[in-house]
Amino acid sequence: MSALLEISNLTKAFPGVVANNNISLHVNAGEILGLLGENGAGKSTLVKAVFGLLTPDTGVILIDGQAIEYGDTLGVISRGVGMVHQHFQLVPVMTVAENIVLGDEPKKFGLIDRKSAKAEVLRLSEKYGLEVDPDARIEDLPVGMQQRVEILKALRKDVRLLILDEPTAVLTPQETDELLDVMKNLASQGVGIILITHKLREVMAVADRVVVLRNGNVVGSASPRDTDEAGLAQMMVGRSVVLEVLKSKAKPKDVVLSIRSLEVLDDRKMPAVKGIDLEVRSGEILGIAGVEGNGQRELVEAIAGMRNRVGGQVLVDGKPTKNLHPRSVRSAGISHIPEDREKHGLVATYSIADNLVLNQFNQPPFAKGWIRDLEKVDEIAKELVEKFDVRTPSYANLANSLSGGNKQKVVVARELSQTLQVLIAAQPTRGVDVGSIEFIHNQLISARDNGAAVLLVSAELDEILSLSDRVAVIYGGKIVAIIDAEGADRNYIGRLMAGLKA
Amino acid sequence: MKTLKGAATPLIAIIIAFTVGGLLMFIQGANPLTAYQSLFYNAFTTSDGIAKSLGKATPLMISGLAVTVGIRAGLFNIGAQGQLIAGALASAWAGYRFTDLPFIIHLPLALLIGILFGSLVGAIAGLLKAYRGVHEVITTIMLNSIVLQLAEYLSNGPLKEEGSIIARTPAIEESAVIPDLFGLPLGFFLGIALAAIVWWIFKNTTTGFSFETVGRNKSAAWYSGISVKKITVAAMLVSGGLAGLGGAIESLGVIGRFEPAFNAGLGFDGITIALLARANPLGVIPGAILFGGMRGAGPNMQFDAGVSPDIVDLILALVLFFVTAPLIARWFKLRNTEQRSVTSGWGN
Repeated sequence: MSALLEISNLTKAFPGVVANNNISLHVNAGEILGLLGENGAGKSTLVKAVFGLLTPDTGVILIDGQAIEYGDTLGVISRGVGMVHQHFQLVPVMTVAENIVLGDEPKKFGLIDRKSAKAEVLRLSEKYGLEVDPDARIEDLPVGMQQRVEILKALRKDVRLLILDEPTAVLTPQETDELLDVMKNLASQGVGIILITHKLREVMAVADRVVVLRNGNVVGSASPRDTDEAGLAQMMVGRSVVLEVLKSKAKPKDVVLSIRSLEVLDDRKMPAVKGIDLEVRSGEILGIAGVEGNGQRELVEAIAGMRNRVGGQVLVDGKPTKNLHPRSVRSAGISHIPEDREKHGLVATYSIADNLVLNQFNQPPFAKGWIRDLEKVDEIAKELVEKFDVRTPSYANLANSLSGGNKQKVVVARELSQTLQVLIAAQPTRGVDVGSIEFIHNQLISARDNGAAVLLVSAELDEILSLSDRVAVIYGGKIVAIIDAEGADRNYIGRLMAGLKA
Repeated sequence: MKTLKGAATPLIAIIIAFTVGGLLMFIQGANPLTAYQSLFYNAFTTSDGIAKSLGKATPLMISGLAVTVGIRAGLFNIGAQGQLIAGALASAWAGYRFTDLPFIIHLPLALLIGILFGSLVGAIAGLLKAYRGVHEVITTIMLNSIVLQLAEYLSNGPLKEEGSIIARTPAIEESAVIPDLFGLPLGFFLGIALAAIVWWIFKNTTTGFSFETVGRNKSAAWYSGISVKKITVAAMLVSGGLAGLGGAIESLGVIGRFEPAFNAGLGFDGITIALLARANPLGVIPGAILFGGMRGAGPNMQFDAGVSPDIVDLILALVLFFVTAPLIARWFKLRNTEQRSVTSGWGN
């Protein structure tokens, strides 16, 4: 019997880079294949070829032993391939049932037959053991539930091969565990699954086989039974990665950053931060653990002076900082690695050099009065590109030309290059490859050791736990607990993040 | 190399526009070659013609710069026309109202008043954008109408020349007239100097960098400590001031008074020129000279080839069309790649 999916000798090159180099792999029915790799390793290119979204240069993709026609997404779907994208493709104001049947609605007299849509959703839900409320509106559902809707939507077309692209990026630990159970259940019903991820723990927990991509090549394949996380990580980056961050014990000194009964509204003018008190000492990292959307973004932006503080204060060295004035907050000694590097962190069409001085372009030595000193800018750019290992042919290239990890290194380099008292690091390693993650983590630790007070916000609990000295758990705009990171119980924190009373 | 590449789109746009314009003349029964020959002969070969072309080019150049400054700061200043009229009227008023002033004071004063009024009109749009979030395209279009009507009223009422049958102000004093230099209008050299200054400011100063940062990424500008609101107002002040100066130069150097009919379209041509120059201050110079020459020598074309001078407007409109078409195409392409990157993560 032929494999459900068979890829042989697939090559796809883009200008200047080979995204997939002679890749061969297969997925059997009822099997979960973990596709591991850093960003830019070629995972997405590969599955896009399978899904008919792009045409490989050479190679064959077979489903049930029959070649697919490149570029024919509909044809691929009709042969039983479904994909759940990293970014949900749901209509927030419509109900679960409406979203699931969208694109191929059951009709009655030319109108949508909501009753049979609902019935169909219930049938699907039962068949695959994925519980949903067909009448709930998407926007009212938690992220994990929305993803479940995405999966049901994909399964509706008698899917036999399901591709999940970074499905756990937005989930709580509990939701992640549930998703992993769902995947096992689907596999037991004969569905073949490709799980794209760079989280080793998930692959270890659920995959039958793991294929590791690096720089467009298959560099290894293994069974989780025969390897461990360290072994997989080593395959991904080609060298041994220290997953547990090596750090000495913190030597916290005086309180530098204090946040007092801070209240902040979100974009819809609803309270997002509801009276938060925090103190961060020089020489320590305080991690904020929480599921995204519990006020972290608003908290960070308010500290940075970018979002209106409707109540409370942010003090540096006991002196209050100005509300809604990023420049004076910066000069008070707060550096900020923003959550969204594309939106806030970089000017995409500026050179790397200009981006490296974005926060101090008008200060000496980069400006003498009104005139910019472009030579000094070049000097520091050269130095920082080297020191922070930004992979680029030249610092004169546009920031746009960099990969995600390297963009983040530019932001980190810029924020750490000035003398800093306080560092706010929001999702500092999101969408960044493992090699860069390690580098950025070490930079954060050394900022701490040099006496900075570091406030770390991350959706990755592992990151929080391995970097922080203390962990504050945020839920619903409030800090629900502050605990020592050493010896902290993952499950206990997970329950706090989910709003459970421990 | 980079400049050459940057000039490719505008050049192609101009060539296509002239070709299409030629075809239309041909359909009309005229000989396009004769017409174009007449146009370029009269615009750029005779000394009178050159003086006229450059004279016409001057206010165009400055209003082109005005629009350029706006674009660089992320603002599409459709209101150059209104700001230019405000500057033209105000400077003409200063030109005839103050008598017995020496040239060395009177002319700069009149120019300054022109700049001030242009800035004022621009600032209204800037303030509304910065503090009330009203889009500058909307406000500047409305301000264009307001200023135009107001100027017509004033030049036909309180500021009207006594005994005149048409709407116009009295002629300006001799001491406010912009003189010629080497037989060429002095304003032209001023325009070139301004283009160089604006170019230098964007390249080398912190102000230029702030403007540019706001223009390219407002969120990043705000994050890095630039006051987006202040820069928005400042950019509209500078842009409006430049447009006002363009109007002042027209009043004080070309017309010698304010007459509403004479300023029609200068600010709008400025938009086309700025887009043609792809918001490069130095690129505005050749663009304005081309437009000035065509505007100046258009009537000769009618005389020599029997084509309506309106064909000049048509060609200039086609230039605008073809120069923006690639921008639109690129925009579409950008959207496509954005969509792709959503699912790919490739090259991330």
